[in-house]
Amino acid sequence: MDWESWVVSTLNRALAYGTPLLWGTLGEIYAERAGVVNLGVEGMMILGAFSAFAVAQSVGDPWLGLLAAAVVGAGAALIHALFTVTLRANQYVSGLALTIFGLGFSGLLGARWVGIPLANPLPKLTVPGLSQLPVLGPALFQNQSYLTYIGLFLAVVLWLVLYKTRWGIVIRSVGESPATADALGVNVFLVRYLCLAFGGAMAGVAGGFLSVEYRPAWTEGMTAGTGWIVIALTIFAAWNPLRAVWGVLLFSGLYHLAYRLQAWFPPEFLKLMPYAFAILVLAIAGLRGARQLAPGALGIPYTRGEK
Amino acid sequence: MRRLGPLAFERRLTPSRPAVLGVSLLAILAALGTMSIIFAAYGVPPLRAYAVIIKGTLGTRFGLMEVLRRTIPLLLCGVGLVLAFRSKFWNIGAEGQLLAGAVAAAGVALFTDLPPPLLLPAMFGAGFLAGAIWGMVPALLKVRLGVNDVISTLMLNYVMIYIVEWLIHGPWKGPTMRGFAYTDTFPRAAWLPLIPRSMVHWPTLAVGVGAAILVALLLSRTRLGYELRVSGESPDAAHYAGISFLKVSLVVMFLSGGLAGLAGVGEVAGIHHKLLPPIQISLGYGYTAIIVAWLARGSPLAAVVTALLFGFIFAAGDEMKVTLQMPFQVVGVFSGLILFFLIGVELLMYWRVRFLPKGEGWTGKAGS
Repeated sequence: MDWESWVVSTLNRALAYGTPLLWGTLGEIYAERAGVVNLGVEGMMILGAFSAFAVAQSVGDPWLGLLAAAVVGAGAALIHALFTVTLRANQYVSGLALTIFGLGFSGLLGARWVGIPLANPLPKLTVPGLSQLPVLGPALFQNQSYLTYIGLFLAVVLWLVLYKTRWGIVIRSVGESPATADALGVNVFLVRYLCLAFGGAMAGVAGGFLSVEYRPAWTEGMTAGTGWIVIALTIFAAWNPLRAVWGVLLFSGLYHLAYRLQAWFPPEFLKLMPYAFAILVLAIAGLRGARQLAPGALGIPYTRGEK
Repeated sequence: MRRLGPLAFERRLTPSRPAVLGVSLLAILAALGTMSIIFAAYGVPPLRAYAVIIKGTLGTRFGLMEVLRRTIPLLLCGVGLVLAFRSKFWNIGAEGQLLAGAVAAAGVALFTDLPPPLLLPAMFGAGFLAGAIWGMVPALLKVRLGVNDVISTLMLNYVMIYIVEWLIHGPWKGPTMRGFAYTDTFPRAAWLPLIPRSMVHWPTLAVGVGAAILVALLLSRTRLGYELRVSGESPDAAHYAGISFLKVSLVVMFLSGGLAGLAGVGEVAGIHHKLLPPIQISLGYGYTAIIVAWLARGSPLAAVVTALLFGFIFAAGDEMKVTLQMPFQVVGVFSGLILFFLIGVELLMYWRVRFLPKGEGWTGKAGS
């Protein structure tokens, strides 16, 4: 294989592999910016993957499937919100419960759907004009997913909202210092609920992408740890939507470069790469001191009227 | 104090023992109630489901033995996680540490020429060490580089799963196993004794109960236990008291990982007698042990009871699969629900209800 097709296919595949990571990471960034860690991403994604597949298969429209995934993801996140925001339960444990429940529940409901290929997966997109460019055309504009472009667009919009609008200030202040935000008349609980629900919808679509486009079928546990990689990338991106794009590209690029080594390494080593990379990526973030950038009240339940 | 009619609600700082017990039972009942709805939606009448479960697990000797068999790995992992959670180290990696122990035990059983009486002790020793090392990596990463412990321990589970897959497909694949991805069967001397007509490898069970007692003593009676509790409950105080966070984290994860490693030894030496695909070695014991430990609320001895409870739930899952043709994932659904309700009702423990009919004030108005 010559170097050109090598670069092209790596970039092309990296974009596809990175799409669910990007959607999930953008959602988790908003949840954590509002001060709530949601370790249930894996659970919300698998519920999203199952509902997207089930709806797309029964109704016949993959877009409706994705919509269902978003609704289910948001609903699952609201359970987490109820426990962590209203009942002030431990955020880690509630998120873990959501993941354990999601994996079990989707497996239970999905048992009769396993192994059936999706009749009409999401169509691919080839951008007219741009796809004719040398190298860049086939790498970035041929056979891509609509969700890849929407995801990149959302990253820019979400960055603008977070840093350039009043809403963004409100969200960040709720995550940084909820008591101050409360004193200024911000409804801390409402903001946290909304950000969590948004994060859940994004995670749901990320899961839906897997089952209606990436591998259009339903397999139990098909998210295979993607949700956890999302949480690692959220930290790596220092809770910044634009940095999330670079983080995701770096991560999935590395992953596909590793696949080029398959002549020399056993396949099991390539499969464990993403998980090893996730640790590596966090170690790098740790060396750069990313933790100081975390929202000040991350992980701490807010109680009104307490110091 | 808040009032609701003749009832007064008072906050308390530390929940009483009956309150903890009552609230935990309430959570389990709520989870059972929700489970009934899921059974009904699945087309299985809830009462029939519960009847099948009780009859298939507690109703026969075989069923009881199955409960015990599932309890063993849950107990060992659970006790280790209690220890980790007490020091606020989020070890979500018991699954990988268990597999590391299984790998080490298989390595000793298959590739050493130890005299038979030494073989099993060496397997337990190697399994403990392998789990401990696999557990100490995230501890180092957390203390030195600030790597989030939830993610690193969890990611290492996947890494270990693929290491096991590689071993059984590659270098350790047993020549006598033809097409299967198994190692060869261990020599007889590497098999753990069982309670007759069951799969209960009682030595591992004894080790598990012993570990629970030792960890309870460690926590309550030793300086190390004290340091560990302080760094969990108040990191600042620990810092001023000169307690080394690095030391505490490393020791905690050495023990926590090691105990999970022992669970892995028990599974391969007691039941399978070979190394086989990870999904067959462990049915997610390392993950369920998180709930075992959380339900035990920091007490290693209580983990004996909660491990039994989840051993029962696993056995119930088997029974439902066989008798009601329900997927084994019901276990995951039920586990998730219990964990949700457990943390959801936690606030209740901190309120004391008293009957105070003659009080002044009116419904729901908050005083102090």
